[in-house]
Amino acid sequence: MSYFSDIYNGIKTLLTGMRVTGKYFLTSRKGAITQQYPDNRETLKMFDRFRGEVIMPHDEENQHRCTGCQKCEIACPNGTIEIIWDRGIDEETGKKKKKIDQFVYHLSMCTMCGLCIDVCPTDAIEWGQNFENSVYDRAALTRVLNEPGSKLMPGVED
Amino acid sequence: MTTALSITKNIHDWLFSTMPEGVASIVEMTLIALVYLGIFSVAGLFLVLMERRVAAWFQLRIGPNRVGFQGLLQTMADALKLLSKELTGTVKADKFLYNLAPYFVIISSLMALAVIPFTKDFHAFDINIGIFFLIAISSIGVIGILLGGWSSNNKFALIGAMRSGVQTISYELSIGLSLLTMVLITETLQLSEIVEVQKNGWLIVQGHIPAIIAFMIFMIAGTAETNRAPFDMAEAESELGAGFHTEYSGMKFAYFFLAEFINMFIIAAIAATVFFGGWLSPFGITESIPLLGVFWFLAKTLTLVFLMMWFRWTFPRLRVDQLLTLEWKYLLPINLVNIVIMAAVVWLNLTINF
Ligand code: SF4
Ligand code: SF4
Repeated sequence: MSYFSDIYNGIKTLLTGMRVTGKYFLTSRKGAITQQYPDNRETLKMFDRFRGEVIMPHDEENQHRCTGCQKCEIACPNGTIEIIWDRGIDEETGKKKKKIDQFVYHLSMCTMCGLCIDVCPTDAIEWGQNFENSVYDRAALTRVLNEPGSKLMPGVED
Repeated sequence: MTTALSITKNIHDWLFSTMPEGVASIVEMTLIALVYLGIFSVAGLFLVLMERRVAAWFQLRIGPNRVGFQGLLQTMADALKLLSKELTGTVKADKFLYNLAPYFVIISSLMALAVIPFTKDFHAFDINIGIFFLIAISSIGVIGILLGGWSSNNKFALIGAMRSGVQTISYELSIGLSLLTMVLITETLQLSEIVEVQKNGWLIVQGHIPAIIAFMIFMIAGTAETNRAPFDMAEAESELGAGFHTEYSGMKFAYFFLAEFINMFIIAAIAATVFFGGWLSPFGITESIPLLGVFWFLAKTLTLVFLMMWFRWTFPRLRVDQLLTLEWKYLLPINLVNIVIMAAVVWLNLTINF
């Protein structure tokens, strides 16, 4: 008698499926995941985990957390990051110390693999959610991530 | 052509008064053909748009809404684009058959469209074997598909065409038998009379249980006839490229595409006519205005079209063996038993009549 129970189960499972999609159909107006992009440029907010570009956050006193250890430069498979460093005098100890001059990031070569962010021991760099990266001149894609005149946040190295 | 709608009647009289009879009837036939071509293209384009919007809503998307109000002109723009595209072909294709195939497909669906009553007397070709004609014509379309797949000299196209042949030949049987079940009640094959019979209640009510079973079988087999998902093995994008129309481009591709949607409309229209009273309004509320019949007919048909779209965006594609099992082991025996039940119902006068 499995013949008839097969038919019964077949119809039942098909109706279950149709109920699910039917519910989607009715709620699609509110739940639509499509973003009508250029129209909602002002309100569109990307998800936190979206990988748009690598950024280096600075605090109010223009301080960043990058020690200039160059681990990210080594980790990057594409040579996207170039760290131009310098030696300066540490005010507290008076010793010579490595510090970054320019953190150069070539967005055009970045594959958004995230290795640099994983490897950074001081969490100096992270993902930015900007996605409007098209420019007319590719030189505009080479960025210096540390702000001019910025310095290392105290206490990061401890 | 019986024309009680006053406009068509006036044109008919005017034509026959100004010209000799032979010329007038030829002119009239041409006019009707043009009107039906118009219906064909407008309905096809509208259905494509409807499919895309409905599919989008099922998938929590928005769908085309940029060209024209709410995307109404989107498919028109697509058709214009396809018109302007180059017609490519394969070098070793059988040129004659390759070019002939799309016309087989659209001509068969146009011929099927001709016998469907849109409303009282809006009916190009009211023959007394209407249903039989529909069943016969709907199997000609598959020849176009087979020709297209065979002549384009492409193995994916050939596999797609062969699958389509297998599928259509099998499911043809269920379509025919489920319609025959209903013919047992109506006692006629003529579509206009089938609608007349339903003035005492739609056939799905008159025939109650066997009619509902027949309706379910008809919808399943009809979906298979039109090669739509979950029975879209003839096209199976993930397996065969585009199936039988892999090698077609431009307008010839558009013919296949439009014909597929018109076939869906035809299946839904047959179901609406045979099971849901065609252009009859529910409880006869607008019986005095025959023109509103078009509205009721389209409302019923589009509801059924929506049902088929719902199937398409819910169910996964069947395998070939599952497809044949479904037809030969389930639908066909159920259908045969159903005919006997229906015969008993009609014989014992168990139909529900208002
Ligand atoms: S995300 Fe990957 S490619 Fe981009 S800078 Fe970091 S390590 Fe290099
Ligand atoms: S960003 Fe991080 S890993 Fe890269 S140099 Fe600065 S501290 Fe080192």
